[in-house]
Amino acid sequence: MTQTNIQLDKNGHLKHFLSIYGLDRDLLMRILDHARSFAGVGERAVKKVPLLRGKTIVNLFFEPSTRTRTTFELAAKRLSADVLNINISSSATKKGESLLDTLQTLEAMHCDMFVVRHAKSGAAHYIAGKVAPHISVINGGDGRHSHPTQAMLDMFTIRQHKPDFSRLKVAIVGDILHSRVARSEIHALTTLGVEELRVIGPRTLIPTGIEAMGPRVFHNLEQGLEDVDVVIMLRLQHERMRSALLPSEHEYFSLYGLTPQKLANAKPDAIVMHPGPINRGIEIDSSVADGKQSVILQQVSHGIAVRMAVMAMTMGTLADTGTATESGHED
Amino acid sequence: MKISILNGHLLDPASQLDKKQALHVADGEIAALGRAPAGFQPDLEIDAKDCIVCPGLIDLCTHLPEPGREHKGSMASETLAAVSGGVTSLCCQPDTLPILDNPAVAELVHQRARQVNRARVLPLAALTEGLAGKTLTDMNAMKTMGCIGVSNGNRDIANAEVLRRALEYAASCDMTVFLFCEDPDLKNNGVVHEGSLATRLGLPAIPASAEILSVSRALLLAEQTGARIHISRISCGDSVAMIKAAQTRGLPVTADVAISHLHLDDTAVDEFNALCHLAPPLRAESDRQALIAGLRDGSISAICSDHFPHDVDAKSAPFSQTEAGASTVEHLLALSLKLVTDKQLSSMQALAALSCQPAHIIGLDLGRLAPGLPADICIFNPREAVTIQAADMLSQGKNTPFEDWTINGKVNHTLVNGRPVYPA
Repeated sequence: MTQTNIQLDKNGHLKHFLSIYGLDRDLLMRILDHARSFAGVGERAVKKVPLLRGKTIVNLFFEPSTRTRTTFELAAKRLSADVLNINISSSATKKGESLLDTLQTLEAMHCDMFVVRHAKSGAAHYIAGKVAPHISVINGGDGRHSHPTQAMLDMFTIRQHKPDFSRLKVAIVGDILHSRVARSEIHALTTLGVEELRVIGPRTLIPTGIEAMGPRVFHNLEQGLEDVDVVIMLRLQHERMRSALLPSEHEYFSLYGLTPQKLANAKPDAIVMHPGPINRGIEIDSSVADGKQSVILQQVSHGIAVRMAVMAMTMGTLADTGTATESGHED
Repeated sequence: MKISILNGHLLDPASQLDKKQALHVADGEIAALGRAPAGFQPDLEIDAKDCIVCPGLIDLCTHLPEPGREHKGSMASETLAAVSGGVTSLCCQPDTLPILDNPAVAELVHQRARQVNRARVLPLAALTEGLAGKTLTDMNAMKTMGCIGVSNGNRDIANAEVLRRALEYAASCDMTVFLFCEDPDLKNNGVVHEGSLATRLGLPAIPASAEILSVSRALLLAEQTGARIHISRISCGDSVAMIKAAQTRGLPVTADVAISHLHLDDTAVDEFNALCHLAPPLRAESDRQALIAGLRDGSISAICSDHFPHDVDAKSAPFSQTEAGASTVEHLLALSLKLVTDKQLSSMQALAALSCQPAHIIGLDLGRLAPGLPADICIFNPREAVTIQAADMLSQGKNTPFEDWTINGKVNHTLVNGRPVYPA
């Protein structure tokens, strides 16, 4: 692959944050290190650092979101930036022209960064290819493609509990087919060099050729969880139920729902993660979600620190030296 | 008008002629090969030194934007693009606006083509009303208006009963049915080939089985109904194998492949490259190899451009919201010759797939160099390089997936009906 990586500037520094694919291990580790230094900011009496003072950040959400938008907003405010939230129903932007028009209108207001969420895969790449050169774009989730800040906050959470990625066995469970979180986590985990990565789900929810991205595929939850250190559960959207993909919530839970009995197949100190919002009784039993192995709420608070790190790095307000190469992880 | 084409090397796949010889044209027809008829006084002499003189190309699949989508191109712009690449006959799909499903629209297309008077425009009539796959059209009336076959555009017919009846009816009208095979349920709003790249990019995918299932259904119904079918723009290696097997059984089935699918595979859409958003989607590298092998062994008998000019906005959006198609007609010859340079095809094989073989599929006596035939001729220099640049294209659609490719094969002259149309 010889294409230039639009995420990096000519010095190899992070310019846009669109996908984990194409970024190397050093860069991912720098994001995690910077995030660690921001993690304390929220506990201070004055929860602010002045790194992005005078900058304007636009949360451009073409798809509804509460949690992601809120943490991006908090992250921006803790960096002292001005934040504008714009929610655009997808019906108003069915055509590419109006998406471009929206961008140009916002550019004319002298914004410095767009955080974009969109229902179509590739939307953030498209926008990053169109914006003025001084603007950075952060992908807040595009279609089924990528949700890189979620993946990085999950890596941050894993690292808090299990510092050495090279010794970890990680399983991602559920609807891989429709999940941008799963794709980004797979790239992040393989780039960080975990010992073994597995995806677990029914054949209807495992996309063709996923093995090329690195994971081993399991269709049996008990077998897939055998001996793992980290279990990442994915949210199952209600619209997938009672379709040609899945027969019923009951059947799904009986096969792939994470119960204490099934979790017992993993290592005793395994942690359980979920990007939220969780469906209790569908993909995860309440006793697991609220149990001592669950780190689900920690993930949420880490989201702010990780997003602060990414925002500051793309705006060039942090020392971000070292070379980040194109190669990253090849699939 | 009398024209003598001198010093050129004639290549005619139909007669296997491969020889340095003159060619003479009079009153729109080829008058003689080699020595001029007694008393022949040309009005124009074309020096074809270093050039190949071959039949004008016949392109079995183009999407002309006029009538109805003039913001994407016009009859004038797209026929100019065609003749600049040596294409003298354009079969056009019925997916105009309004859809070419009645004699009035057929007449409108002919009228515009006559006004522009550049390439031969050979419309395909819609197989079903509005291409909706439900009701048959007045196809015989459109046949008398000069439609050379019937097609349902890029929309496969979901209902097998409708397809069966359409094939039976078209067979009664002695019309060839052009089929675009892509099961709409298996397509399921997909935009790229189902494989590891689609999985990585998170784009909705079209499995190869969408095409293979539809091809196998078409072959079965063709066998049952006795209809003559032409499978247009196949993209999968397994389709080639099935078509070959059907031909071996003696079924009158033919197939073509679009030029982009002979050069690109699904990895070309990486980084969400909307210029490579095509229908059918670019498939795996093994499929591409199988398509070339199919051309070589004759199971695929034509290369088409599948020319689909688009405006800038049509390609400017997140990938799945862009429109499918590439603007390719003016590079059809050069891109086909690249397969010769790459030692995939002989020049006779490549030119046959662009001239006499497509002519045979549409049942017209064109695409060969013989006295008495309409003088549709292409003169090109096989060693002169062309660098494809969107900005230089004559088509109004600048959506080429081949930007910056440098390939050999520059067209110097194109004649239609014995008249120089490029340069005009």
